[in-house]
Amino acid sequence: MDTTHFEEIFEAKLARNEMIEPKDWMPDNYRKHLIRQISQHAHSEVVGMLPEGNWITRAPSLRAKKILLAKVQDEGGHGLYLYTAAETLGISRDELIDQLLTGVAKYSSIFNYPTLTWADIGAIGWLVDGAAIMNQVMLQRTSYGPYARAMVRICKEESFHQRQGYEIMTMMARGTPEQRAMAQDAVNRWWWPTLMMFGPPDAESPNSANAIKWKIKRESNDQLRQRFVNQTLPQGELIGLTFPDKGLTWNEEKQGYDFTAPDWAEFKNVISGNGPCNRERLAMRRRAHDEGRWVREAAQAYAAKNKRYQAVA
Amino acid sequence: MTKQEALGKYLLRLADTNLILGQRLAEWCGTGPFLEEDLAMTNISLDLFGTAEALLKYACEVEGKGRTADELTFRRPEREFTNILLVEQPNVDFGATILRQLFVDAFDYYHYSELSKSSDPIIAGVAAKASKETTYHLRHSESWVIRLGDGTEESHQRMQNALNELWRFTDEQFEMNEVDAMLIEERIAVDLAPIKAKWLEKVIPVLSEATLQIPENTFMQRGGREGKHSEHFGFLLAEMHYIPRAYPDATW
Ligand SMILES: [Fe+2]
Ligand SMILES: [Fe+2]
Repeated sequence: MDTTHFEEIFEAKLARNEMIEPKDWMPDNYRKHLIRQISQHAHSEVVGMLPEGNWITRAPSLRAKKILLAKVQDEGGHGLYLYTAAETLGISRDELIDQLLTGVAKYSSIFNYPTLTWADIGAIGWLVDGAAIMNQVMLQRTSYGPYARAMVRICKEESFHQRQGYEIMTMMARGTPEQRAMAQDAVNRWWWPTLMMFGPPDAESPNSANAIKWKIKRESNDQLRQRFVNQTLPQGELIGLTFPDKGLTWNEEKQGYDFTAPDWAEFKNVISGNGPCNRERLAMRRRAHDEGRWVREAAQAYAAKNKRYQAVA
Repeated sequence: MTKQEALGKYLLRLADTNLILGQRLAEWCGTGPFLEEDLAMTNISLDLFGTAEALLKYACEVEGKGRTADELTFRRPEREFTNILLVEQPNVDFGATILRQLFVDAFDYYHYSELSKSSDPIIAGVAAKASKETTYHLRHSESWVIRLGDGTEESHQRMQNALNELWRFTDEQFEMNEVDAMLIEERIAVDLAPIKAKWLEKVIPVLSEATLQIPENTFMQRGGREGKHSEHFGFLLAEMHYIPRAYPDATW
């Protein structure tokens, strides 16, 4: 079949900044790219529940406990929106989850780091959610309709996540010397992995060119990373926390901070499975999936039985 | 015992049952059998913490010693917690969790709806809110118990095992002592005998629709009212109390 005509319509839509919808014709590679990106994003939300979930039962006040529970629940909800968006591209949630559990699909490398103290909950909200927002705000204008709409819903909730994290850090930074040290230690550990969240430098990012061409992404990894650094530095200064980068200096000319690049060898190592918690995260997702199997089967069996009863009656 | 003291004990007892069950359900967060159910359990947990906090705040007021809800939650020793034993039982699996939930939800459903008519306006207000929430909780646990009991062979067996384990903790919900006697007189608390009748009327048909057998001649366990807990409880508290006890001078 000659697809030139369809391709022209597709390109024209992109050129007019119109959204591509599930029923529209789209190039195979565009569909594949989206399935990969949206499902990775969904998996990240769901795996991301684990490091923070780790502290729910130990949250130090009733208020903190409720906020963290609600936050982790939001992330699960984000996972749901995103799986639903991915399903509009012709793949089922079961298949996607299978890809995660068999290690075929990836998720954000950040969640392969451990949450060691309560301050890590603050650092994740402030830095990790802060970084995620940079990316997600951009994705509200991504070219695929269902993905863009999922992002609009998600962004509404994300700013609350970032604020609650910063609030934890503020309380700790202004608290006892022990709390302060804990907060600083958390920033020291989460800073570099957070910078890695934006992906490799533009020059070495294999999927970026297509993503920009198809208007899936509208800004590059390096642009987003720079914006994140510019936004976050003053926030840290305000509460007296420092960042573990001696190369941080204000650059008047570019009206932004210069900063040292993270250790990309570590990044590669973590995404290829060798981060401190890769095995634990996958093992936990597999365990939950396996231990939930009898529940899902029972629900199906009951529904099938009831259909039969109704047919007989 | 003065009326004030009785009220304080009563509020703590109600609050603790909500608090400890909230804590148990929170353990599921991120590891549910599927995403929708994960979110549902978190919702219930959040509701329970909300009710617990409202009751604890009132308990602090009644006590009048300037303690806060957080101090009551994070600084009280084991023996001062007076939740029922049922809610501190380990989650075991989704089946045991949801059956435990059915038992508590059915009790809360009838109890809070009566308690919303309490002569104490604060208790009445908390109960009215909790009563609305419990309607959803009960619908949720009830439908799961039926589906799992009458699902597959494996799910049926798991539910029967859970019932055999947990039935012995159900009667404690209806236990009354001099605290209740004093407060029932004032129309602050409600008589739990009629609640028990309604509870049985609700729970027995659900279990039978779920094709489950209530174990016979079960010795009913008790002790929560006097702070005599199971051995599981100390670990639950150790986890919950860890930070405030490790850093007693810090605020969070
Ligand atoms: Fe999220
Ligand atoms: Fe978030």
